[in-house]
Amino acid sequence: MMDEGTELSLTIAQIVQRLKATHLHSQIERQAKECLHRPEIQLESLKEDVRNFLKASGWERKLQNAVYRELHVQPLPSHPAAPPEHAKEPLAYMRKAQVNWEKRILKSLNSMCTELGVPLARKRPAVEQKELTNKWNEMGTDEPGKWTSSQSICSDRRLNTPSYSISHDSQVLISLRNPNHDSSEEASAKSHWGLIQVPLHDRDIPQMREAYSELSLTTGQLGIDDHTHVPPGKTRLICTELAFCQDSAAAQQYSRQGCPTGLRADLWALILNSTNEPEDVMHYEQLKAGVIHHDLLVDNLIYKDVKLTASNDDYYFVFEDFLYQVLLCFSRDTAVLEHFSYNSATPPKSYIQGKVGVEEFAVVYPPNGENMAPLCFLYNEPSKLYSVFREMYVRYFFRLHSVSSSTSGIVSLCLQFERLLQTHLPQLFYHLREIGAQPLRIAFKWMVRAFSGYLSTDQLLLLWDRILGYDSLEIVAVLAAAVFAFRAENLMEVTSLTSAEAVLADLSTLKVMPLIQIFLFATVI
Amino acid sequence: MSVNTVPCTVKPTVTLQIGDAETDSSRPGVYVIDVTLPIGQTVNIQEISFKNYYTAYVSVRLLRRDGEGAAKWTTCLRNHCLMPSPHTEEGSQDYCSVYRQQMLIEPDNVTSVRLILRQPSSAWLNFSVEDIKIHPCLNEDSEWDIPDWLSDLTQVDQLCDLQGLPDPQTVSSSIQQMWALTEVMQTNQTTASIGRFDVDGCYDINLLSFT
Repeated sequence: MMDEGTELSLTIAQIVQRLKATHLHSQIERQAKECLHRPEIQLESLKEDVRNFLKASGWERKLQNAVYRELHVQPLPSHPAAPPEHAKEPLAYMRKAQVNWEKRILKSLNSMCTELGVPLARKRPAVEQKELTNKWNEMGTDEPGKWTSSQSICSDRRLNTPSYSISHDSQVLISLRNPNHDSSEEASAKSHWGLIQVPLHDRDIPQMREAYSELSLTTGQLGIDDHTHVPPGKTRLICTELAFCQDSAAAQQYSRQGCPTGLRADLWALILNSTNEPEDVMHYEQLKAGVIHHDLLVDNLIYKDVKLTASNDDYYFVFEDFLYQVLLCFSRDTAVLEHFSYNSATPPKSYIQGKVGVEEFAVVYPPNGENMAPLCFLYNEPSKLYSVFREMYVRYFFRLHSVSSSTSGIVSLCLQFERLLQTHLPQLFYHLREIGAQPLRIAFKWMVRAFSGYLSTDQLLLLWDRILGYDSLEIVAVLAAAVFAFRAENLMEVTSLTSAEAVLADLSTLKVMPLIQIFLFATVI
Repeated sequence: MSVNTVPCTVKPTVTLQIGDAETDSSRPGVYVIDVTLPIGQTVNIQEISFKNYYTAYVSVRLLRRDGEGAAKWTTCLRNHCLMPSPHTEEGSQDYCSVYRQQMLIEPDNVTSVRLILRQPSSAWLNFSVEDIKIHPCLNEDSEWDIPDWLSDLTQVDQLCDLQGLPDPQTVSSSIQQMWALTEVMQTNQTTASIGRFDVDGCYDINLLSFT
């Protein structure tokens, strides 16, 4: 609540500070110096002429995109008296829940290390390094234990217990309570039937109709109207124009109505301001070298995770090798650590050579990455794929894996889903509750993966177009409620949790945009 | 924001309730907190900062001493919203500040500040504000006075006899250039990390730490 002028100057100063560290800054400087040779640059109006040159040659647009990216990613400058943990998460009881959960994970990881006698990280012997380099593109063909310090780890059932992600531990969210909240009242009009019992803010359908106005029934959507009489030529032309003028903000606005398949990869890269310059490729190669030199315990978890999920999935098994290449690198990317300044989670620390407490010996243990498989459909170059995935993770997907009060956080999504269902399908909600099938128990797994692995790929990508377009995961909660609304008739007839799950087991035939449109714009209020 | 604050006493919260406080079962929705300065002291307020704890609206009244020495209560902020939706968490634990520019009257010669807190929602068990600090205005002429001897510097008109020593003008201009370079370096500091997380090439770690 600072005075507006100071807040604006603070934001500007922060963004300038961050952009000075980037390659873009040195590129623009170099361009400005080189353009001095040009005849149109006059000494008397030097500043103006250089500015006009940068504008005409497209550098101003690149700078605009970079600033736009910073505004999206960095939180607003907080009150000067607020400590840094308050900026990550303002509510004390949520911070506490996150910390307790993290401690449990660390404890089980540590005990796994000591029980199995395996270090958290070790340097690979030279022979192994050479072999891994040769087999880099085919890691999927080997057994998962081949590249790790102990063959037994991957087959060890104890590997199932620890998990970095809350996706395997919804109990943490269900047991969240605000100590200052009065929950002693008898069932009343405002009582909440669902599992999430924290009073976070959520939006109702009239508010969402305004916010998601581009999805209304009268606006053309890609994914619906391109299958009918609307000629594709026009939209394609607008889109190519967009891709040509390279404007992140315009691309984001465009994405709200869906991206054409052929241009989606470029549009997403533009929205996320994810470049594939030589230094990005080099960064990826450095990370790859890191994978080859050192073996981390988390790698085992990644191998096992990928083997269990992606390689058995009808859509994603072809990308198994890609998944290893990207996830192993992701777990070593220190640039991801920057997002911890606004992520309510804290990366675990460890100390080299047993020198506990000595700050110079502290290294940070990497977070995990999921939701990466659908991107393999868009990008076939590992470094490009990696760059887009990392940007999507630090903007959106990390919020699905930590306890926070953010509107895109998993807690808010679960609450939003339950509230939408209770308000607009009360009979269904009540019936499911009575038979012991709380809706969240079924919908949680969809939302925490942003529907990846549940929808067919083209539908999933249409959904993710909107996540990027509206810069929020809220649409995921809306879709979850819309799916329940769609199958409401069948669900009213089931009598147990297992039969409810069976009704909602297969979502691969669903078309997401009609469902969302009907739920948001055709529901009677 | 100024870091200096004025020492003051925060009195215990007073509840405002209709009916008998002991027998009434519902919780109060209005609290009043008085913040007083040491006797005899007055302050020109620049900012009042505090940490919210589930208060929805705050009003601020000031006890000002006018020219004749008489004290008068006036409202300087009316129903300032801290929580956009009193039933939900938004804004409930934020750090807030009320600035001089937002106040309805000039907060000068203030001896006492009264914060009236309101929370209409029955969803919360308790509400208050914490860590109340009053920041005074900085006076321009309260900064250090220039010592007399600085203004008595003698002019160095006559050149000293330089024997083999460089010309002082060129020395001072090259020093100025170097100083300008260091200033440029300082302002160009980046926040980019080097990105390596091994120590002496070693990345063998054995246990994760809880701290």
